[in-house]
Amino acid sequence: MKTPAFVRGVALLPLGWMSVFLLLPVAILLRVSLAEPRFEQPPYTDLFALAESGRWAFEGTLQAWRWLLEDPTYRDALLGSLTMASLTTMGCLLLALPMAWAIARAPMSWRTPLLLAVILPFWTSFLIRVYAWIGLLKPEGLINAALMATGLIEQPLLILHSNAAVLIGMTYAYLPFMILPLYATFSRLDEDQLQAAADLGATPWQTFWRISLPLAWPGALAGCLLVFIPAMGEFVVPDLLGGPESYMLGTALWNEFFRNADWPTASALALTMLVVLLAPLALLQRLQRRDEVVS
Amino acid sequence: MTVRARGPARFGFVTAVCFGYAFLYVPIVLLVLYSFNDSRLVTVWGGFSTRWYVALFENETLLRAALRSLQVAVISASLATVVGLAAGLALVRLSGIRRALLMACFGSLLVMPDVLIGLSMLLLFVNLDQLVGWPGRGLTTVALAHLTFASAYVAVVVRARLLQADASIEEAARDLGARPGQAFWLVTVPLIRPALISGWLLAFTLSLDDLVVASFVSGPGSSTLPMVIYSSVRLGVTPEVNALATLLILAVTLGIISAGLINRWVRRSEG
Repeated sequence: MKTPAFVRGVALLPLGWMSVFLLLPVAILLRVSLAEPRFEQPPYTDLFALAESGRWAFEGTLQAWRWLLEDPTYRDALLGSLTMASLTTMGCLLLALPMAWAIARAPMSWRTPLLLAVILPFWTSFLIRVYAWIGLLKPEGLINAALMATGLIEQPLLILHSNAAVLIGMTYAYLPFMILPLYATFSRLDEDQLQAAADLGATPWQTFWRISLPLAWPGALAGCLLVFIPAMGEFVVPDLLGGPESYMLGTALWNEFFRNADWPTASALALTMLVVLLAPLALLQRLQRRDEVVS
Repeated sequence: MTVRARGPARFGFVTAVCFGYAFLYVPIVLLVLYSFNDSRLVTVWGGFSTRWYVALFENETLLRAALRSLQVAVISASLATVVGLAAGLALVRLSGIRRALLMACFGSLLVMPDVLIGLSMLLLFVNLDQLVGWPGRGLTTVALAHLTFASAYVAVVVRARLLQADASIEEAARDLGARPGQAFWLVTVPLIRPALISGWLLAFTLSLDDLVVASFVSGPGSSTLPMVIYSSVRLGVTPEVNALATLLILAVTLGIISAGLINRWVRRSEG
């Protein structure tokens, strides 16, 4: 069936908007990453300059990219991002599996409130929720006060400004993104298959590990990608809860831009982030298309 | 509900679920509690007090930033709903390369790290400004950036609703002689109105909440509320922020509850 002219007309708006506000900026990122910083507006050099001979000469440089390769700080930032994003994904998966399962198996009238309770924090300010953890994690904070009161520890644990705090904060922030797709797949599971497994003598744990989980992997994978991709560029959590060791790509990009006013290096970092994320992004798209075929 | 664990396995499972919900809510509950704490210290309970609320309403910087943020959020959410509606329709009805391109763009925008969106938007605005002398750097650029990423969320909500909606009603309107635009505007748009409302609310919240993108694209004198909160949080504990957070949480909770009630009421009156 041919697409009606009306739909093609309407589609021009999002297509045009995305070309200008998403695709064009990627090209500009590449262009700026080939320039050098300078103290003028805009704070990066031109790519082409009119030479004395009257010809346009290419003035671009790979300096920003060379820095990225040579300075170990950037490599550490990339490794830090990869490690923290992976650990966050694992933490979210571990916490979300029982929660999503419980919501999907709860009586019908309970499901909506339980789901809403997962979504509600997402509607309140991300920044403020991360800030709340400072009060919990700091040496004289509540977690330490509680642990010392119970006599488990004598000295306060130095959690705030460490990678442990970043991990807690990121798991906390991204947990709903893992629960929702997991819940969606768990709630679509065929009740009869679970019943059949139980009738054949499988224990509930066996049913979960050998029937439900293998059937629910697309949801789990989608959840992992929904957590991993934004976590790779996270800035707020490592900045507020982390210490000097919590250097990540997002922090590096922010510092290059705001502290060093080095737009070319910031652009090169942004492109690096984009390239690293291309494969997970493509995988997420494939999963969503698959989902469409099913529903 | 015949498949059910018993004994220690069940106990472990229930503990894990409770821990999960506690993990989500303990920080929020504490924030609310300590907004009424007379003491500046988080660990010391100095008695009940509303002094931080008074301080909040005397803090001109915060109030002015809140007003700016609300302005940006209303404008960007409204425009994002328009772009998102068009995108949702295109995603459902288009086919081929254009659909794939739209899917890729909107799908990536949903999960793209903020720093990446922020920097690339800023570079776009700086280049546009050099070429045509517009849009400078200020609330306009913040609104444009917010509108762009929020439209992706609206598109998801609209698309889901369009897939559920009965296409035959629009076809009937066409058979009765309505032009495609008329049929869409008079039949389909009212049909998906709930999606448009929740899409708008989502876009509004995202805009109100955004720190990173706004930090990149805003200019001097146009700090949004999250930017002001961020700089005061970086300087140390500020109980006014607790008070502000409590008010925000209250507003959101009331909003969600009333949306639920309205939904139920509409459904009941529709029979």
